[in-house]
Amino acid sequence: MILKINNQSLEVDVDPATPLLWVIREQAGLTGTKFGCGIGQCGSCTVQLDGVAIRSCLTPIQAVADKEITTIEGIASETELHTIQRIWIQEQVPQCGYCQSGQIISAHALLTKTTLPTDEEIDQAMSGNICRCGTYSRIKKGIKLAAEELAGASTINLENNG
Amino acid sequence: MGKWTRRAFITTGILTGGALVVGIAIRPGNRAGKVKDLIAGEGDTVLNIWLKVNADNTITVIVPHAEMGQGVHTTLPMMLADEMDADWETITMLEAPGNAEYANYAMAKGFIMGPKDIPSMLIGTVDGFFLTATKQISLQMTGGSASVRFTGMLAMRVAGAAARAVLLEAASEKWEVALEELVVKNSTISHPPSNRTEPFASFVAKAASLSQPAKPRLKTTEEFTIMGTSPPRFDIPSKVDGTANFGIDVTLPNMKYAAIKASPVFGARAKPLDAGAIKDMPGVHKIVNLEGAVAVIADGYWLAKKAINELPIEFDKSDHDTVGMNDIYDQYLRDMDVAVADGKEEKDVKKGNINKIFKEATNIIEAEYRVPYLAHATMEPMNCTALVKEDGCEIWVGSQNPLGFANSVAEELDLDQEKVLVHNHYLGGGFGRRSVPDVAIQAALIAKEVDYPVKLIWSREDDIRQDHYREANISRFKASLTDEGQIIAWNNQFLFKHDPEEAPHIPYGVENQFIHYTNSETHIPWGYWRSVDSSMHAFFTESFMDELAFKANKDPYLFRREHLTNAPRYLKVLDLAAGKANWGEDLPAGWGRGISLHQSFGTIVAQVAEIEIIENDLKVHRVVCVADPGFAFHPDGFTAQMESGIVFGLTAALYGEITIENGAVKQSNFHDYQMLRINENPKIETYIVTSDNWPGGAGEPSTPGIAPAVANAIFNASGIRIRELPFKNHELKANTGLLG
Repeated sequence: MILKINNQSLEVDVDPATPLLWVIREQAGLTGTKFGCGIGQCGSCTVQLDGVAIRSCLTPIQAVADKEITTIEGIASETELHTIQRIWIQEQVPQCGYCQSGQIISAHALLTKTTLPTDEEIDQAMSGNICRCGTYSRIKKGIKLAAEELAGASTINLENNG
Repeated sequence: MGKWTRRAFITTGILTGGALVVGIAIRPGNRAGKVKDLIAGEGDTVLNIWLKVNADNTITVIVPHAEMGQGVHTTLPMMLADEMDADWETITMLEAPGNAEYANYAMAKGFIMGPKDIPSMLIGTVDGFFLTATKQISLQMTGGSASVRFTGMLAMRVAGAAARAVLLEAASEKWEVALEELVVKNSTISHPPSNRTEPFASFVAKAASLSQPAKPRLKTTEEFTIMGTSPPRFDIPSKVDGTANFGIDVTLPNMKYAAIKASPVFGARAKPLDAGAIKDMPGVHKIVNLEGAVAVIADGYWLAKKAINELPIEFDKSDHDTVGMNDIYDQYLRDMDVAVADGKEEKDVKKGNINKIFKEATNIIEAEYRVPYLAHATMEPMNCTALVKEDGCEIWVGSQNPLGFANSVAEELDLDQEKVLVHNHYLGGGFGRRSVPDVAIQAALIAKEVDYPVKLIWSREDDIRQDHYREANISRFKASLTDEGQIIAWNNQFLFKHDPEEAPHIPYGVENQFIHYTNSETHIPWGYWRSVDSSMHAFFTESFMDELAFKANKDPYLFRREHLTNAPRYLKVLDLAAGKANWGEDLPAGWGRGISLHQSFGTIVAQVAEIEIIENDLKVHRVVCVADPGFAFHPDGFTAQMESGIVFGLTAALYGEITIENGAVKQSNFHDYQMLRINENPKIETYIVTSDNWPGGAGEPSTPGIAPAVANAIFNASGIRIRELPFKNHELKANTGLLG
């Protein structure tokens, strides 16, 4: 079976029921995507399938054969970080950092779809990603700043990130 | 484990009869030679165990603590670099290896001696004593909010200043000029009169041969150039592009994966499984029978997990198979009653005479509070990779105590501690959980059965059900108020006492106090959980203070104020919190405000929560947090820790509840052990108060105060007094008029 991960083809020979998460981590060797709960509750394993954020711990590889899979390793260009990643550093968002690949991938999917998301839209898109260190305020601020920069606009209220 | 706290040091005999025993301690002097092979490359000069100056004039700071998001890999180098007058841009860090030479003497010294001024001639002896002691108990702990306030203050700053002193001495000798004429800045030494400037690297060879002062002059706050600023953390870039290497990310040649099934009832034995049980499972290689668990090794984790789920694993009966929460609470209450009846309370604080007051008092208020067991639920489930060979063992793990892990694994495998090499990684959350070596021991025992490396990963279910828990507890209060509304007697009984020592103590001026506790052993494993005893005592004492304020017919903030006349440091923090939170200003219907004040790990924190009750739902809108840590060495990091601790404490207050049924933990994953999510995140405002006090911690002190602030706000909004956590178990309704 051939998977397309971050624009590269990978031939894998495992049980087609194997969750995508473990193939990404163990066969593709891309360990930025994390295991957190195994039941789609925490979002640590979030990747994109054709640009849509999904939980790879629940997705068997047989369901993704013809789709474009994007992981945290696949959103930067060869020479520079993606805007979201750069702003994550600028705002010093991560603490332990374990959930942040999933957070960034979810944020990336949101901003691809919604140019200048409202607080409610951010909550909705990001509430599937748990952060045990409580970096939520900085995540929200980071998304707003990234949205502004990507849209070349400055219309967002940066004050209340609760 | 659990040997690293002040109380534990006392019980392990480091302190005897209140006196420090130092007579036979070694004077270690400069141990640079002992660690050279561990940390230095070619051309690097190890000036002392905490730093090396590299050939290119960059400086590497050795940090004996694990990075779990608290920023210690950045803040400790800042402390050393500032005292050394090093160029921050050229600083790199290296986490200290899990080696006995990096046993944490400074942490033990800080816990035991605090900010005592020790004469120069005794410092070597005292440090030598603590080094010997911490080596003996294999202590290299990250915890107790201790890294900055003890390792930073007692090791890093001293090491930086001492290195600066010998570099200056070397420059003075080389140039044959007076020390006083030299200027140090950005890793260079200048002699303005002769217009000479050279980098540290020019003097380092000579400096390394000089004896470093045990008590070098440290900078005053006004002289800081790096401390007190917020440079970007070193660990963050790798945490945004997927390259950060957590324990679970280790990949080794020929590595295989293990999953495990452990006895749901703690302490019960697993029935050994026949090796042939996996014969029809392709890719599954081996069954390993452990005492309380069975593990399988397979080509991939998912295969291993699938196999362990399918195998018929059974456990022996144990004495605890029927234990439930009611049994535990009944036992607690019985033991508390018996202790009081027999006069066998463990005394914590005894002041004045409460019995005399209660005998004569008319205004007596009593209340009983409860909190449940809590799991840590670090985002990265427990895991460890091990490779065991005939003559030694290597483990790859994220640990809060690498040296302790090495020691535990060595004991289990019957090896010398030096034969266990621990590769420590970033921790995907610690919160106290990663100070327990259980998973490392399991991984080593599994890997011992094969000749390739094995990565053991616990499922989230294993993680929730095989934790070492913050205990369930009961706290009983009895207090008396004068006619003027002053607290005149305070009686508080609870269960167990760990750390911090002052967790159940109150800052308020109450003349007659009896604070005491009772032990009541259960089969549930206990562990350090972010802020430890303070995680519940702030809820107990600060909720009860609110009850007393209500009985005294006083505003809860002003009532606290009146009891803080002799505690100006607390008063300042409380006043600022009330001011920033617009205390006293009107709120919409259904909203409420609550206040709390608690000191833990050397930092005083006041919080004001603003909440709304909508139908039966609780929404925490805003939290004002004022903290006095003495000094915040990395203010942005300190602020991040305040936010983090509040979310952690609020999660527990809203949802956190581990229940025991039939001897085992009922909850299993995030659907029934719920976490606060971004849509529930309050707006948190942090204000830092600087004072002249010895620095306090950052990782834990904001966790305790959020539960009582919210509980008091609920009372303010609804008249409902919550005496048992979590909030989710309570019916809430705004403005019921049921005040009291």
